[in-house]
Amino acid sequence: MSASAATTSATILPFAESAARVHRDTRPLRLITCGSVDDGKSTLIGRLLWDTKAVKEDQAASLARDSGAQNDLGLPDFALLLDGLQAEREQGITIDVAYRYFSTDRRSFIVADTPGHEQYTRNMATGASTADLAVLLADARVGLLEQTRRHATIASLMGIRQFILAVNKFDLVNYDREIFDRISHEFREFALSLGVRQITAIPMSALKGENVVAPASDAMPWYEGPTLIEALELATARSTQAGGFRMPVQRVVRPGESFRGYQGTVAGGAIKPGDSVVILPSGTVANVSQIVTFDLVRNAAVAGDAITLVLDRQVDVARGDLIVSIDAQPLTGTAFDAQLVALQQGGIEPGKRYWLKSGSRRQRVSIEPLSQLDLASGQWRPHASTLAMNAIGKVRLAFEETAVFDAYEQNRATGAFILIDPDTLNTVAGGMITGKRANLGGLKREGDRVVLSLPADLAEQLMASDLFANRRDEAEIKRLTAAEAATLWRNAGSDI
Amino acid sequence: MPLSVQETEIKNPPVSRPPLDPHLKALENEAIHIFREVAAEFDNPVMLYSIGKDSSVLLHLARKAFFPGRVPFPLLHVDTTWKFKEMIEFRDRIAEEYDLDLVVHTNTRGKEEGITPFTHGSAFYTDVMKTEALKQALDAGGYDAAFGGARRDEEASRAKERIYSFRTPDHKWDPRNQRPELWNVYNGMIRKGESVRAFPLSNWTEVDIWRYIQAEDIPLVPLYYAAERPYVERDGMMILAEDPRLELLPGEEVKHGSIRFRTLGCFPLTGAIRSTASNLDEVIAELEIATVSERQGRAIDRDQSGSMEKKKREGYF
Ligand SMILES: Nc1nc2c(ncn2[C@@H]2O[C@H](COP(=O)(O)OP(=O)(O)OP(=O)(O)O)[C@@H](O)[C@H]2O)c(=O)[nH]1
Ligand SMILES: [Mg+2]
Repeated sequence: MSASAATTSATILPFAESAARVHRDTRPLRLITCGSVDDGKSTLIGRLLWDTKAVKEDQAASLARDSGAQNDLGLPDFALLLDGLQAEREQGITIDVAYRYFSTDRRSFIVADTPGHEQYTRNMATGASTADLAVLLADARVGLLEQTRRHATIASLMGIRQFILAVNKFDLVNYDREIFDRISHEFREFALSLGVRQITAIPMSALKGENVVAPASDAMPWYEGPTLIEALELATARSTQAGGFRMPVQRVVRPGESFRGYQGTVAGGAIKPGDSVVILPSGTVANVSQIVTFDLVRNAAVAGDAITLVLDRQVDVARGDLIVSIDAQPLTGTAFDAQLVALQQGGIEPGKRYWLKSGSRRQRVSIEPLSQLDLASGQWRPHASTLAMNAIGKVRLAFEETAVFDAYEQNRATGAFILIDPDTLNTVAGGMITGKRANLGGLKREGDRVVLSLPADLAEQLMASDLFANRRDEAEIKRLTAAEAATLWRNAGSDI
Repeated sequence: MPLSVQETEIKNPPVSRPPLDPHLKALENEAIHIFREVAAEFDNPVMLYSIGKDSSVLLHLARKAFFPGRVPFPLLHVDTTWKFKEMIEFRDRIAEEYDLDLVVHTNTRGKEEGITPFTHGSAFYTDVMKTEALKQALDAGGYDAAFGGARRDEEASRAKERIYSFRTPDHKWDPRNQRPELWNVYNGMIRKGESVRAFPLSNWTEVDIWRYIQAEDIPLVPLYYAAERPYVERDGMMILAEDPRLELLPGEEVKHGSIRFRTLGCFPLTGAIRSTASNLDEVIAELEIATVSERQGRAIDRDQSGSMEKKKREGYF
């Protein structure tokens, strides 16, 4: 018995070792499939799982059983590996995201297969929010549709910078090179207009597995680029957030009188004992005395780490506060600019008070729509009324209490938010902060000083006063032109 | 003057281990984040504890998440009374060792009406002794959030489930109408009576679980490791033959062999696999070349495609 066990493990080990190495060196790549309804997203991922041997025998057996005779090629319906809900199987469409996990010798992947149907755009956004890369599908017979553009736009707004255009169902167009050239050219132009530069276009047949894992040099000798799996292996995972230290406080832990720690996940930058931090929105300053985890008291923590921070003094810190580095602080204020995607029936109504959740903080906000993206032309059009479901809009956020953000481009964790409808309690929008509004700012803090912006004549008078001259290190006054002053006045309602 | 951690009363001085690889570290961080978020946002959470490998990992992560504090919620075990004997022993030992609040609930209907996995078929039995029992226990405790150890890679309908999975007051899941869930910003707002099932292990695979157990040295029920055990072959499954309630059918006999379990549940419904993998290294090596999925051994999942979804819609985990 033990002798046979020894030989078994001896033959197995090299394999196990190589599999383990895959996991050790890299974080998994997170990707989504997106694009219009029926373009073959689920079939593609099903095929990918099949060809990377991620489908076990019992799963293959139920696939064969459930497939029936769905196509002329005698192939199983690979989409069934993803479309696991009964409603999806009945209707032959994807309704909600399916998350699947697979790996090659080179790296591991988390894939979110999203629905193409416009009605379920919210579920596509759910998948896109955490992805490093988007595989956008287009049916070779029809090319790019409005829904293809919508998905590409949402993916790019959510910070995805790597796209693979899968021009699918090539078996149905005689592997015609001209079709590939035309669609990929059109897509390239479009993606560039979104600011996406990393684009790989691949002609494929998801169903037959051509250019998915196996190359298709017989069917498409004219194509010399990578297969899908090769392109995925070369892609880069989202880098962890650089910039200043950020940690939203999730909870305060006080196991005894003598210990008080702040628990949260580092959302940007790094921290070590001795570093000075500011607690926002209060602005209180403290130093880090310890970084505690279950395993050991650590001498540093970086973005992604779930930690417990201990500070060197008694300060008021509560759930929802943001602990940040003193020398690279986020934006604070009561008015911000953002882009958002409306996710539910009813849309986003101007003036309505929503709950906004970002990091661990939840606060009241009202929304002022400014413009809406016209998907056909790619133009932003002025739009001040309700943003309907699936609309992509630019909005102003007006808070009742101070809010703290980074621009989404700078930090995805502290720049992202969701809106919750206070009536239904459902999540009704996903948003990305683009900046703080009114950079003029009637009254704001810069480092240790207060900055007051006033119309030029008022500013002169105040600066001339003795009282102000004695307190120059505390406050600064900026002169505004008449036009700037007028803008400021218009915004004053939400700013002051 | 703040006190350092060492100066406060921490019972189990943590052992120093080599750092986790980045993949497992990322999964661990995500799980801890979820634990803390739920504990902070809900009034009365509970953790479903099924004593299996996933529950063991879940518990380990909960202890990590709240360290140096205690796990701030009770553990709930739905005991069908048909669990493996070793599971119950293990449960009681762990609860004591880690100083946990353990709530055990059994549906009395099972005893009163004599509902057993042998007499009533796996579907009905599961419905009463697991789903119904779970709902009773959740209602009794008034819990507004329940952690579970389900993973998306287990099954096709699980692959669709959110990390915060919303449930109606009668514990129903509506897979066609789930709340969007963007980034790691979770929506924990619910009305009285509604609840959320939270799944910190959503993104873990079976291999991740085992590699984490190895890296973190997490104790498990010994049934996961191969040993000489008595078993009976029935319906293509190898059923452990140690419980006196297992009656042999005509033509059946007790055999002995080196077997182990990939998942643990009720012993009459959980099939063993032939294996000589008697330690973690061997289990992982075996898993990496396995050609069938872990749920193969579970009678309740084999009933039909979509059976898991049906059970989940009705309130099963
Ligand atoms: N001939 C051919 N058919 C394909 C190919 N890829 C997908 N199909 C078929 O196209 C249909 C739709 O495929 P799905 O994979 O369900 O499409 P989808 O993009 O996931 O659809 P939604 O998720 O509902 O948006 C199915 O009948 C597939 O078999 C292909 O490469 N060639
Ligand atoms: Mg699909």
